[in-house]
Amino acid sequence: MRHHLVLRVVAKLLIPFIILYGLYVQFHGDYGPGGGFQAGVIVASAIILYALIFGIERTRQIFRPEVLLVLAPLGVMLYALVGFWAMAMGGAYLDYDFLAANDTAGQHIGVITVEFGVGLTVTAVMTLIFLAYAGRTHEIDDEDW
Amino acid sequence: MLELFFAKYNYWIVILLMMIGLYVVVARGNLVKKIIGLNIFQTSVFLLYISMGKVAGGTAPILTGKDEVFSNPIPHVLILTAIVVGIATSALGLAMVVRIREAYDTIEEDEIDEAEKLDTAADHARGAR
Amino acid sequence: MELLIDIVLLGLLAITAVAIVATRHLFVATMLAGAYSLTSAALLVNLDAVDVAFTEAAVGAGVSTVLMLGTLTLTRRREKAHRKLSFGPLLLVLATGALLIYGTVDMPAFGDPNAPAMLHIAPDYIAGTRDDIRMPNIVTAILASYRGYDTLGETAVVFTACVGVLLMLGRRRDEDEEAGSRRPERGA
Repeated sequence: MRHHLVLRVVAKLLIPFIILYGLYVQFHGDYGPGGGFQAGVIVASAIILYALIFGIERTRQIFRPEVLLVLAPLGVMLYALVGFWAMAMGGAYLDYDFLAANDTAGQHIGVITVEFGVGLTVTAVMTLIFLAYAGRTHEIDDEDW
Repeated sequence: MLELFFAKYNYWIVILLMMIGLYVVVARGNLVKKIIGLNIFQTSVFLLYISMGKVAGGTAPILTGKDEVFSNPIPHVLILTAIVVGIATSALGLAMVVRIREAYDTIEEDEIDEAEKLDTAADHARGAR
Repeated sequence: MELLIDIVLLGLLAITAVAIVATRHLFVATMLAGAYSLTSAALLVNLDAVDVAFTEAAVGAGVSTVLMLGTLTLTRRREKAHRKLSFGPLLLVLATGALLIYGTVDMPAFGDPNAPAMLHIAPDYIAGTRDDIRMPNIVTAILASYRGYDTLGETAVVFTACVGVLLMLGRRRDEDEEAGSRRPERGA
């Protein structure tokens, strides 16, 4: 990729900001538009941008598929476990009122944890799906397009 | 008649978009084109539901401390889920298209039909022997 | 003013959709589908659905376009020539459209604040978010708290899609060919 100088420089500048924006959207999902899904897709877009510019092999070394395969179900399990935690504290399944002493604090804790689980799963899933498509064939040259 | 149009124009134009998407799914033989048509159909359905939830003079459903009229937030929640399920379906459909292409060397529906008929005939001939 | 933006964006959407039907070049169709998603995200902002517009722009114009381009590198890039207008599908589409428009005649007017959908449970959720949960974003509060069970199912659906795609495309292409999943040559 020696000759895509502008793309490489701009991507290197932008990718940290895209990930930072994704984290902002994740944790400010209850104060403005945002939440788990949007944040997951934004962080996955940053990873896909990295893969497009710097190649699939380097991306696979950094975001290893084995680790992503553990993170994807971990988000769903986190969501389900919050429900069981609420049951252990005396309420119904996924009743956030019982997660803390205060009703409102419990709701906030529940929503933030659950949205984090969702964001984790969506990031891992989108990255894994992209790596599956991209890894199916060998790299194509620029002249083919 | 004119006030009927002004009351419902949003729904009618969105239904037109839905029908264009449905036409692509039904009338075109190329599998990738079908999936693109399905995406158009899905996005238009989302527009229909969100149009049903809009309140004239309302704002986005985010509390700001001022007492104001909000658009109905429940269709928004429904459609968020629907968008994510839509992309899950598209990803699976496109993965199947890739495997079909590798197996049959084509992604046109009629060519796949012919290849299937030839294979079934070959299987029958082999089974009868 | 909102009416004007509405009509212009809907017009752009219709033009893009017709162009997708007409073109035979699949790369063009994919890019137009991405443009369709982005324009519909703008229309969704006009309809006060900011969360949905965010998700539609990120998912529809972002990930969906990338996946379709990934598929196009692995398959052919042009569609086969077809008859100009097929009458069976056209009739089916016209009939379905007519039925749907007949259904909208009974619906409440666009933007009506007293429609049954606005009065049933939405005011309770809005009041509950303001007083009990005390969270500014009502959509996140409904998504994660009032309808949290549905979101759990949706996350499971996303995970299932990942499992499905990995089962189909997980191994490299040459490994699948060695395992014998390629069909035998025609005429053999």
